[in-house]
Amino acid sequence: MIRVSVDRERCCGAGQCVLLAPDVFDQGEEDGIVVLLEPEPAEPLHGIVREAEAVCPTGAITTS
Amino acid sequence: MDIDLPEYPFPQPTALEPPPEWAELRSGCPVAEVRLASGDPALLLTRYSDVRQVLSDPRFNRLLNAEDAARITANESGGVFGAEQAEKTPTGEAHQRWRRLVGRYFTAKRMAAMQPRIQAMAERLLDEMVAGGAPADLVSSYGFPLPVWVICDLLGVPDSDRAKFAYWSDHMLSLTRYQQDEINAAEQEFGRYIWAHVDAKRADPGDDLISELIAVADAEDGQLSQMELVGTAQGLLIAGHETTANMIGKMTAMLLADRSRWEQLVAEPALVRTAVEEALRFDANPGFGLPRYITEEIEVGGTKLPPGTTVITSMAAANRDETAFESAGDMDLRRAPNPHLSFGAGPHSCIGQALARTELQTALTVLLDRLPGLALDVSPEELPRREGLIIGGLERLMVRW
Ligand code: HEM
Ligand code: SF4
Repeated sequence: MIRVSVDRERCCGAGQCVLLAPDVFDQGEEDGIVVLLEPEPAEPLHGIVREAEAVCPTGAITTS
Repeated sequence: MDIDLPEYPFPQPTALEPPPEWAELRSGCPVAEVRLASGDPALLLTRYSDVRQVLSDPRFNRLLNAEDAARITANESGGVFGAEQAEKTPTGEAHQRWRRLVGRYFTAKRMAAMQPRIQAMAERLLDEMVAGGAPADLVSSYGFPLPVWVICDLLGVPDSDRAKFAYWSDHMLSLTRYQQDEINAAEQEFGRYIWAHVDAKRADPGDDLISELIAVADAEDGQLSQMELVGTAQGLLIAGHETTANMIGKMTAMLLADRSRWEQLVAEPALVRTAVEEALRFDANPGFGLPRYITEEIEVGGTKLPPGTTVITSMAAANRDETAFESAGDMDLRRAPNPHLSFGAGPHSCIGQALARTELQTALTVLLDRLPGLALDVSPEELPRREGLIIGGLERLMVRW
């Protein structure tokens, strides 16, 4: 199992995470800032969530 | 100060090959003194970790109008990086407020919703190119018009003004190619046009970005002034046109230069997403890099940089750092994750990257779909680089099909 967390202060709204894993991440209507939809994503999504963590330009996503 | 400093940007062996200096400096001199086109010295960073650190740290600011900051270009305004632009660039809290207001429009979902329109534009441009017969120049018939059309669509600018937009954009990005008076004239005409356009949208709103920003600004009592709206529209054109346009050409050239890459994509179009990221990472001709300026001492790569230092971060050199990417010198269309720095990093990282990705993926998919037999009409070594602009690209890309 992995747990995902996001830091909305760091996020710059680049949307990389939403492009990769729309079932896990969304962006707020008001500001484009990341919204975590699924803090404990299912197994098949683990790879793509780790990819989102790696490519997030502000390091706003962490998995544990 | 040593007068024999290497001149930056470094000359490239060919349009698709990186200057050998990148690898040399990464291993031997990660904080390197260089001389810019203006004659001013600056420090060049080429390692992945250093470039990422600097771009993520807001103390490295964009205020290159400071008295002792290096001037980037030979002419006084300095194009996108010049003093005038620095004055218009919001920083710190003002930047964050701007970023969140504009960011609400640039979400990945919204950009995905634009995809069918982008695809229709791409198909139309290719139809016209094919109708003109082979060989054709992919840069002028496909790469350049597509992103301008997209930005016009985003801003609610009528199709009939697209050609004017392309002209202004080219001039405003000048590094050394145009005279200062030509650049000034283009800036003024464009400014006047956008000012009138914002007024028109205020009177008669549509579902474009400008109308939406006006609505927010008015509802929340002057959150974005007319000046800020005009500046935003200008900034989007400058930041979003030439970058994407050049990337379409360079990406296609990289994929065709070694035809096995193109054939791999024709056989497996699902690779388009990772292939686009890899083309962004592998781009050997990205242009200048990002300049930053500090007012306090900060340590980077084991070196203490004094206050008043101007650093240039070379994202493209960092993207080929072997310590960050396995087989960094190979183009691997399946590479994932691919945390390249081509869109920058940190609080200023490209706000248009979801759009840019959508455009690049769509442009490539339509090409693969319509013209699977696409091939270069010249040898890769002979591809002509666009000279004298801050954003690197190809002057022409002659193809047949
Ligand atoms: C392949 C295409 C593109 C590339 C390589 C690219 C690259 C970049 C980079 C490196 C930055 C960071 C500048 C800095 O840190 O000083 C940036 C910022 C920016 N980009 Fe892009 N970009 C592209 C496409 C676009 C598009 C399509 C748009 C919008 C229509 C856009 C709008 C912006 C804006 C507004 C900024 C400033 C963000 C800020 O200051 O917070 N870009 N871009
Ligand atoms: S990728 Fe990172 S910066 Fe971009 S929206 Fe997601 S969390 Fe925010």
